[in-house]
Amino acid sequence: MIDTAIHATKGGESRAMAYFAERAKWRWPEFALWIGAFALAFLFPSRALLFNEVAILALFALSLDIVLGYAGIVSLGHGAFFGLGAYVAGLLAKAGAGAGLFSDPTFGLLISGIACAVVGYITSFLVLRGADLTRLMVTLGVALIFAELANRMAWLTGGADGLQGVMPGKILGIFEFDLYGRNAYLYSLTTLFLLFIVARKVINSPFGVSLRAIKGNALRAGAVGINVNRRLNGAYTIGAAYAGVAGALLAQTTAFVSLDVLDFHRSADVMLIVIFGGVGTLYGAIVGAAAFKMLYDLLAAATPQYWQFWLGLILVLLVLFVRGGVMGLVGGLYNRLTGKGGAA
Amino acid sequence: MLTVLFDGLAYGMLLFVLAVGLSVTLGLMNFINLAHGAFAMAGGYIAVVMMQRFGLSLFWGLPVAFLVTAAAGAFLERTLYVRLYDKPHLEQVMFTIGLVFMSVAGVDYFMGASPQIVNVPDALDGNIDIGDVSLNKYRLFVIAFCAILTIALQLGLSKTRFGSRLRAAVDDARVARGLGINVTTIFALTFAFGSGLAGLGGALGSAIFSLDPQFPLKFMIYFLVVIAVGGTTTITGPFFASILLGVADVAGKYYTPNIGGHKIQIGGFVIYTIMVLVLIFRPQGLFGRAQGK
Repeated sequence: MIDTAIHATKGGESRAMAYFAERAKWRWPEFALWIGAFALAFLFPSRALLFNEVAILALFALSLDIVLGYAGIVSLGHGAFFGLGAYVAGLLAKAGAGAGLFSDPTFGLLISGIACAVVGYITSFLVLRGADLTRLMVTLGVALIFAELANRMAWLTGGADGLQGVMPGKILGIFEFDLYGRNAYLYSLTTLFLLFIVARKVINSPFGVSLRAIKGNALRAGAVGINVNRRLNGAYTIGAAYAGVAGALLAQTTAFVSLDVLDFHRSADVMLIVIFGGVGTLYGAIVGAAAFKMLYDLLAAATPQYWQFWLGLILVLLVLFVRGGVMGLVGGLYNRLTGKGGAA
Repeated sequence: MLTVLFDGLAYGMLLFVLAVGLSVTLGLMNFINLAHGAFAMAGGYIAVVMMQRFGLSLFWGLPVAFLVTAAAGAFLERTLYVRLYDKPHLEQVMFTIGLVFMSVAGVDYFMGASPQIVNVPDALDGNIDIGDVSLNKYRLFVIAFCAILTIALQLGLSKTRFGSRLRAAVDDARVARGLGINVTTIFALTFAFGSGLAGLGGALGSAIFSLDPQFPLKFMIYFLVVIAVGGTTTITGPFFASILLGVADVAGKYYTPNIGGHKIQIGGFVIYTIMVLVLIFRPQGLFGRAQGK
């Protein structure tokens, strides 16, 4: 445990407590962001469907940020869990046919999350065996196997035609998914918010700090008594579960699942979002998702067929010139405003 | 059965020419270049343009594809890639995926999204009958061409001065530098040569696999499988891995076992599963040597 190192002296214990309390403190921009996000549903109800996509994307990016930004596992196949979650939720909602427990959206989220956590836990052992390059290929390989499975098991998944007849029930048995997507957005945003709070707690817990230690130097982290592989297994499992919930949200709010959820571009996009927003910042995932979606809409409207080119160009420029992503810039600005020095 | 082996062999040989450059540069600089397929695609399209717009035969397309992509590789290496060698793998991945996206959209813009149809030269059209087996002439040419190329590569690597410097640099770049070997130059040359080979492979293969703008994304996984299975320390490893992959891929498309009343194509599964298994049990590759680091 990391605690043993910090608990060496009695004074150290209270200092450690103070440290964790300080880390976990909420700051005013965070409140502003969340209040603003909820207000959007009422300020611009006509754009709710777009906001809903942003919220789902943000949750997906958050899940990769845990895996990549905190555990330092480079994954090119995170879309596997997104897709799995989407199919699990879609199939559940289809089985429930609009009523009963199976069609209950929150139940769907829970089951999708658990299913992905289980698969994530199992595959985490494969992923952790190698170094960066091997991890890249194993994650990509696992994602491709999933995509092939979904494609071949057409009797279950609908194959290339997509999964028809997904009928999610009312949220908590009260709110129906409306045509304009406002309830869908609020539902996705609430899920994102709750899971974000959990992620924030996890990241600021001794577990989260130990992940940072491992990312900094796995060898030394092991030397101070952190069980490196078990921590990484845990982080990967949490990330997988989060991605599964994001996929489930997409399946429920769009009432459709297609092979696209397992496509490679999902994994690449979400990686771009995390990098763009800033790796290992949590909020970077949300900011990055919003920026990505806006950018996508802009580019797709300007050059429908070739938006990928600009996306690629942004990626290249980002790597060459911007360190720490948008959150790096924002964090620096925030520190300057509040007169604090050091890194955000 | 023989036809499957034959087609698989041709396909595997092609894969080797396409991927060998990536394998060597990866072993040399530990640089993850996911954009390798973009060079192959460039070579393919160069050949296509030469044939369709200028009416030249594929035989002219091959050397031009090699030279142009090699020059492009050298240029990009010196201007862009060189900045990323000491960056984390993640940034290398993002950077090269960015390049892939740009190349995909760029080719789409100039050449259109539909697959290109390539006519093989008249001399190589049709089949040759040997006994009761009929062999496609073009595939035979591909096999012979790639075999000669492979032998030349292997000889160049083991017999020439440049080859031994390259091997030294792959084994341990720091020590090689200490011995006065200019690893940077070697890497730039190898990168250019590897890109050129990819371009050559793209041109050669344009008549066998369909060439469309999605090529770099589609083949990225094949390249990674070749490297995962073959390792990055030799070129014989990737060679056998390519042949294995080629035969497995073609066989997977031919045989569709009946499982539970559903015809199932096993191709994709077999390949990805092999890759994951190899990575787990032999992270240095099936044919690679374990590295001392």
